[in-house]
Amino acid sequence: MFHWLEKHPFFFAVGVFVTIAFAGLVEILPNFAQQSQPLVGTKPYSTLELAGRHVYIKNSCNACHSQLIRPFKSETDRYGHYSLSGEYAYDRPFLWGSKRTGPDLMRVGNYRTTDWHENHMKDPASVVPGSIMPGYAWMFKNEADVDTAYAEMLTVANVFSVPYNKPVPMKDGSTEVVKMGATLDEARAMALEEAKLVAADMKDQNVKDMVAAGKIPEIVAIIAYMNSLK
Amino acid sequence: MENRPLEYDYTVAKMFMLTTVLLGAVGMLIGVILAFQLAFPELNLVLGEGLAEYTNYSRLRPLHTDAVIFGFTLSGIFATWYYVGQRVLKVSMAESGFLMFLGKLHFWLYLLVVVAVVVSLFAGVTTSKEYAEFEWPIDIAVVVVWVLFGLSIFGLIGIRREKSLYISVWYYIACFLGIAMLYLFNNMEVPTYFASGGIGNWWHSVSMYAGTNDALVEWWYGHNAVAFGFTVPIVAMIYYFLPKESGQAIYSYKLSLLSFWGLMFVYLWAGGHHLLYSTVPDWMQTMGSIFSVILILPSWGSAINMLLTMKGEWQQVAASPLIKFMVLGSTFYMFSTLEGPIQAIKSVNAIAHFTDWIVGHVHDGVLGWVGFMIMASLFHMAPRVFKREIYSKSLMAAQFWIQTVGVVLYFTSMWIAGITQGMMWRAHDEFGNLAYSFIDTVTVLHPYYTIRGIGGLLYLVGFLMFAYNIYKTMSARPVEESELQNASPMGA
Repeated sequence: MFHWLEKHPFFFAVGVFVTIAFAGLVEILPNFAQQSQPLVGTKPYSTLELAGRHVYIKNSCNACHSQLIRPFKSETDRYGHYSLSGEYAYDRPFLWGSKRTGPDLMRVGNYRTTDWHENHMKDPASVVPGSIMPGYAWMFKNEADVDTAYAEMLTVANVFSVPYNKPVPMKDGSTEVVKMGATLDEARAMALEEAKLVAADMKDQNVKDMVAAGKIPEIVAIIAYMNSLK
Repeated sequence: MENRPLEYDYTVAKMFMLTTVLLGAVGMLIGVILAFQLAFPELNLVLGEGLAEYTNYSRLRPLHTDAVIFGFTLSGIFATWYYVGQRVLKVSMAESGFLMFLGKLHFWLYLLVVVAVVVSLFAGVTTSKEYAEFEWPIDIAVVVVWVLFGLSIFGLIGIRREKSLYISVWYYIACFLGIAMLYLFNNMEVPTYFASGGIGNWWHSVSMYAGTNDALVEWWYGHNAVAFGFTVPIVAMIYYFLPKESGQAIYSYKLSLLSFWGLMFVYLWAGGHHLLYSTVPDWMQTMGSIFSVILILPSWGSAINMLLTMKGEWQQVAASPLIKFMVLGSTFYMFSTLEGPIQAIKSVNAIAHFTDWIVGHVHDGVLGWVGFMIMASLFHMAPRVFKREIYSKSLMAAQFWIQTVGVVLYFTSMWIAGITQGMMWRAHDEFGNLAYSFIDTVTVLHPYYTIRGIGGLLYLVGFLMFAYNIYKTMSARPVEESELQNASPMGA
């Protein structure tokens, strides 16, 4: 049979394709059949948080930091409860990472504060002596891209039915609503309000001035995102 | 019908040889910079505060992986295809104006994509998915380039004179089909600009898959891009170039059949080993583990087949640096395909995952197997393509030893670093508290990071020697009149 295949390239190619596709069919399809269900207490990202997530991605933070806590005592001691599938239901893309040059950040919002992040991003070694992480000075100057974040919210709400403006169940039995602006201007205004809350806890004068002038620096967005990781 | 020997046309092969050398040097240089940035963080500011955004580790890292995978390796695959394809199918590209046009289009579009990738990654335009960082416009261009590669393969097969497909062609076909399937599925994304009615950046997109599903598709792609980019086409190369260079027939046809179809069937299952202890269902993790171990069989099948091809001819290894590259490459392939399955065992993975041991594993495979085999292929091709003997044999031998020392320094330091890190993360003291803070596990790695940097630097130096040797072969040597047989002619 193999000799025959070697003389018939078309059937050879079909044979190869079927052989390699087989594993994908068996392994991947079943998981897609059961859609990722969000865990109780998991809510979609707000506009500013999503803009911060984009800053995180833009700078490949996931190259050095994971967002996946494995079910080992050492990891739950260090980072908190191990990860559950439903917690990632709104993560497009997933940001588990494959290398921990720095610590895991899945629940960093539980144990780090806004001003800690501010100092850390400006000069990592000042808060963690011996750190090999570079500083991210430009995040204090560059403006966050709220428009693209809003475009993404609209997209996931329309295409994937992510529940913006809808009550989402919380762990204590209550519900919460993550608002999405009806227009781009409204979205920008909402993001700015959120940014003011973050900037109030920061010391950098440039950041405060920018926010007062109605601009959102990348650092404010990324801190909002990190504070949301719980 | 004219009755004269077939003249192969290497125009396109030459073009891709050029990008192999160029992008290899660039990718490896960035790699060395990254290695030293980890040991000496001040190097993130290498071009000053103003450019820190672009010289920063996190911006350069995807550029390094993509330059080496899609720049160096892919160019090498294309270059060897446009050489090997004609020869084993007994047909010249000069016979078909259409195929020649496709080949050149393939090259120029590929180059365009490379430029787009470099610009976009420097700008921080990325989807964050490892080895699939490109945003949707580039993804579409990549698909076009890939289709052109496929047309070239099947076009050449379509007009072949040799009835039966040689083993290398099987592997090139598998490379084409495998990557096509993986790339398409993993890069399914919705452009937000169009879905939102024209808001934000036009190039931004959002993944079709969320969370755990996204991770599953990404590592199904990520691991198997290694399979069909780093294993399959490189095996294609050794199956052609080792027998040619040594003048020996392949040891066993049956073994090559067994290892080919075995590899095709088993490889795709193994992707799950990247997701051990994650939120992916347990049965998939277990399958990933088991099939990774089974993968030793087809991998070692090809490697042993290659090593036994040298049976009775081992003196060639001592005599020819070119054979040295191929034989050590196969040995590194065996080493790496043993190391991978070991890391895929759940209890080992618990220590190895997220550490530098994984980085070490990737690099002993890529530097020792992929890098050596591509350079050996180019060394074999150069005298035939340029009709000149290789410029310097002693330079080649020196390069071999420098790079071998480089690879050994690289993987040994990363082994130690990774296992140290993994053990420190999980260590508890007598009261059940964590024994080390995270930063303790970072600072302890400094010496190993330095050694790794030196290993990488040695490999880069060797690669520059390779580039120089190829350049001199092209320009300095007198043109050969006679047809070259088996062993490549070399200068002193």
